[in-house]
Amino acid sequence: MNIKTFWRDIRFLKILAQLIFIIALALVALYFYRNVTANLARQGLAVGYGFMKNPASFGIGESYIPYEPSDTYARALLVGLVNTLVISTLGIVLTTIVGVFAGVARLSSNWLINRFAAAYVGVIRNTPLLLQLMFWYFGVVIQLPSVRQAIQLPGPIYLTQRGVYLTWAEATATFPAWRVYLIIAFISIFVIWFVLRSAQKRSSLPLSPWWNLAYLLIPVLIIWLGAALQPEPPLRPFIPELSGLNFRGGLRLTPEFAALLFGLVTYTGAFIAEIVRAGIQAVSRGQVEAARSLGLSNGQALRLVVFPQALRIMIPPVTSQYLNLAKNSSLAIAIGYPDLFSVAGVVFNQTGAAIEIITIMMLSYLSISLFTSLLMNIYNRRIQLVER
Amino acid sequence: MNETNNTQEIIICRDVHKWFDHFHVLKGISLTVQKGEVIVIFGPSGSGKSTFIRCLNRLEEHQKGQIIVDGKELGNDVRNVETVRQEVGMVFQQFNLFPHLTVIQNITLAPFWVKRVPKEQSRELAMQLLRRVGIPEQADKYPAQLSGGQQQRVAIARALAMQPRIMLFDEPTSALDPEMIKEVLDVMVELAKTGMTIVAVTHEMGFARAVANRMIFFDKGEIVEQGTPHQIFNNPQSDRTKLFLSQILRH
Amino acid sequence: MAAVEVKPPVLAIGPLAWVRKHLFSTWYNIALTLLAVWLLSILLGPAVQWATTEARWGVIEANLTLFMIGQYPRDQIGRVWLTIFILAGLIGLSWGVWKNAARGFALIALSAGMAFILIALFFGWDVWDEWLLAEAILLSFYFIGRYLPRGALIATLAWLLYFPLVFLLIAGTRYIATLPPVDSSLWGGLLLTLLLTVVGNFGALPLGILLALGRRSKLPVIRYFSIGYIELIRGVPLITILYTASVLLTLFLPINIRPELVIRAMIGFIIFEAAYQAENVRGGLQAIDRGQYEAAHALGLNGTQTTVFIILPQALRAVIPALFNSFISLFKDTSLVAIIGLFDIVRVARSILAQPEWLGTHREVFLFAFVIYWTFNLAFTYGSSRMEEALGVGKR
Repeated sequence: MNIKTFWRDIRFLKILAQLIFIIALALVALYFYRNVTANLARQGLAVGYGFMKNPASFGIGESYIPYEPSDTYARALLVGLVNTLVISTLGIVLTTIVGVFAGVARLSSNWLINRFAAAYVGVIRNTPLLLQLMFWYFGVVIQLPSVRQAIQLPGPIYLTQRGVYLTWAEATATFPAWRVYLIIAFISIFVIWFVLRSAQKRSSLPLSPWWNLAYLLIPVLIIWLGAALQPEPPLRPFIPELSGLNFRGGLRLTPEFAALLFGLVTYTGAFIAEIVRAGIQAVSRGQVEAARSLGLSNGQALRLVVFPQALRIMIPPVTSQYLNLAKNSSLAIAIGYPDLFSVAGVVFNQTGAAIEIITIMMLSYLSISLFTSLLMNIYNRRIQLVER
Repeated sequence: MNETNNTQEIIICRDVHKWFDHFHVLKGISLTVQKGEVIVIFGPSGSGKSTFIRCLNRLEEHQKGQIIVDGKELGNDVRNVETVRQEVGMVFQQFNLFPHLTVIQNITLAPFWVKRVPKEQSRELAMQLLRRVGIPEQADKYPAQLSGGQQQRVAIARALAMQPRIMLFDEPTSALDPEMIKEVLDVMVELAKTGMTIVAVTHEMGFARAVANRMIFFDKGEIVEQGTPHQIFNNPQSDRTKLFLSQILRH
Repeated sequence: MAAVEVKPPVLAIGPLAWVRKHLFSTWYNIALTLLAVWLLSILLGPAVQWATTEARWGVIEANLTLFMIGQYPRDQIGRVWLTIFILAGLIGLSWGVWKNAARGFALIALSAGMAFILIALFFGWDVWDEWLLAEAILLSFYFIGRYLPRGALIATLAWLLYFPLVFLLIAGTRYIATLPPVDSSLWGGLLLTLLLTVVGNFGALPLGILLALGRRSKLPVIRYFSIGYIELIRGVPLITILYTASVLLTLFLPINIRPELVIRAMIGFIIFEAAYQAENVRGGLQAIDRGQYEAAHALGLNGTQTTVFIILPQALRAVIPALFNSFISLFKDTSLVAIIGLFDIVRVARSILAQPEWLGTHREVFLFAFVIYWTFNLAFTYGSSRMEEALGVGKR
């Protein structure tokens, strides 16, 4: 190409276009930067993360790591982050269960069950999450009876307006020693998986499904053995007992935590239910018919033919629902659960450090999102159909 | 056959190479096409015929060698590419009509926006072309309402509306039901008889016999053999040509 | 030889057979049915009893206007009615011009109006005459639309003009004596929710289209920028964006531009929605056959012409269902402005619960708020699926 006609050269034009774009962006950024510095100067503020070392001087309702109001702002934010992670993880696990149940119920041939699930999905999906959270908190949890007249469920589990008290387990002196056996049992699951897989590969006949019991029996055996070998049982039931105005013992879920968990789980569960239903229905009937005509029972057809294919369809949308749950946990601010967003809000109110706080917040949520996406993408890739 | 043979060379390819990543799809194609010639390119699938023909209007880019169309070299010069595309019309195997526009809108779109032909004039031209390909009554229908053969004829009219000097055909009848192949081939034959320079990738040997000046056999990215239809059908030189012909010619 | 008519056995058809098949077919179905019936009885029974005897529905009646328009000055309520009347006219006009495509929405509007008239008459409120007028306007514009020459053009223009007009009517201006300015902090209730939804959804579309095109661009700088924007916005909760908009936006603007909170919230919604619209449009773009690009380029159309005339019309048509879906979910998401201090339906509900004479009516109030969102969603879903059917979307 002649140097003379370089302005018609497509390579030059491409670079020029990108350069113009970058310059435009830079100009916009510069404009904003000027405004920010001017406005901050006017308010007498400066940008910097130094404030993070100052004492927070506010209490936080619940925390999974030790925290005092004399701790730093940085620690307060960490508490919020941990709270967000806890409720997100627990929420994801529970909502999967609820969603799968409701999705399968939507496919049930029993008309009542089917309509029940449809009503659940129809109501939950069409109303805002914020409203539902407020309903759970102001309309249900706070309305629970006082501690003296607690509703008792089998367990025992007590529902009161000061929270939900569950019977839990308490570690005794021998717990650390026994923990080793737990780890061994966990590892043994992978060992069993590997052994069974190799055995299946080498054998020419399908292994009897009874071997799958090993996944259950062997770890349980190890755990029980470990407990039996200890001088005293490693765990002890931790039963909530009424004492005075409160319950002593047991695991306590604060009203805020309970309402948020309930709201998030039921909300996201409705969406997952629809995804599960659509996924199973998307596997064409011809597949089931082909499987049945080969002699597979209904259960085998479901397990070996329908479910694997349905799973492939379901994983991407379900992943995005998991992400939604983690992001929606930020609505905790409306009902008083101290998640990352609410704590950040309080820190901002006290320090006025808008840009720094918002940056931290966004980065945290982004990391959570990206990490979850990454995990699910790895799983997704492994189960993709091999195509031409 | 074209009586008005001009010795002007309208397409010149010198040692053209193309790679898709590491796959060498065109291995040194050298070829010239005279103005008014009708060239038929044939060969097994995967031989690079479609890729080659797409290089002639820069729908694909070649990495080595030269392609000169009507005096303009195809390369990084955007103005050359634009000019060439206006002078070269293409008809695709899958028709590629624009589904959201009516037949007449499909045909008048490019003349109006690219050549700035006034609306009335381009509409008049479009109707002429529709008459020429035999379906003037379909002007206001949408492509989905037409049969395959009709759609392909509209595609030919659409390409002709830009008044090209060269027409490229990429397996124009391969996607048609058998009973509709003839109507499209008839249009192509009529076009050839008017002196249009044509480069066609096709398996329709009847068409080749009727109007082709030259047939070119492509295999594995190379030109194996070329000659008049008479030479190719009666006296193929290469074994590969003989093999391929025996596979596609029906008795 | 006459065929003998054999009747099917009693239990094989009819209502008894249906019950048997759907509720009692297998032993575990029977167990499930009994479980469901038991659940129904312990949930529905007390609920119905509460609704009919103990519930204090007066709280709804007393605060209905609050739910609908927040604290918009009552003496200016005529302007809100005017927007409703114009909307009725537009729906009627669209029905007349585009018949089947708009019929779903038109029927919804008609039935809604009818329902409101009946409710008003039943409770003795005197708004029934306004609703009657709205119905009349809808129907008369239907007939106008049917016979209007160049109807499609006029109707489209009318819709495009409607949104700025609504802004003008609601916000008012100093320059028109009959439309005194109404501060945006007084906007509330369903009025505010709808305003935010419409602006957020349609304002985000142009930006979303640009981002989708940018994401597919072959120029690396533009592509990475688009991907970066989309992934950043989609990775953070909506509330953080709204919070940023309400707190940070003023920091980025010069001293003389200080948009009100409602405008800042709208900007936040537009920034947020654009990322999601971009993904919708991208889906539509990916569905377009490569041959369309080839044919357009072969004809000599350049990149911009190809995108505008060939690609975008096809892509946008394919994403209409997704567009409706995002409208519906944005409608629910606007409830988040309650957290940043705007007076939408959720905030209205909370404020009602704080009124001393209505303490303890949380169930009635929340239920009503649920009903507003739920019926609106249902109505919109119905209207949009009728429209998709008429346009043949997803089938062509």
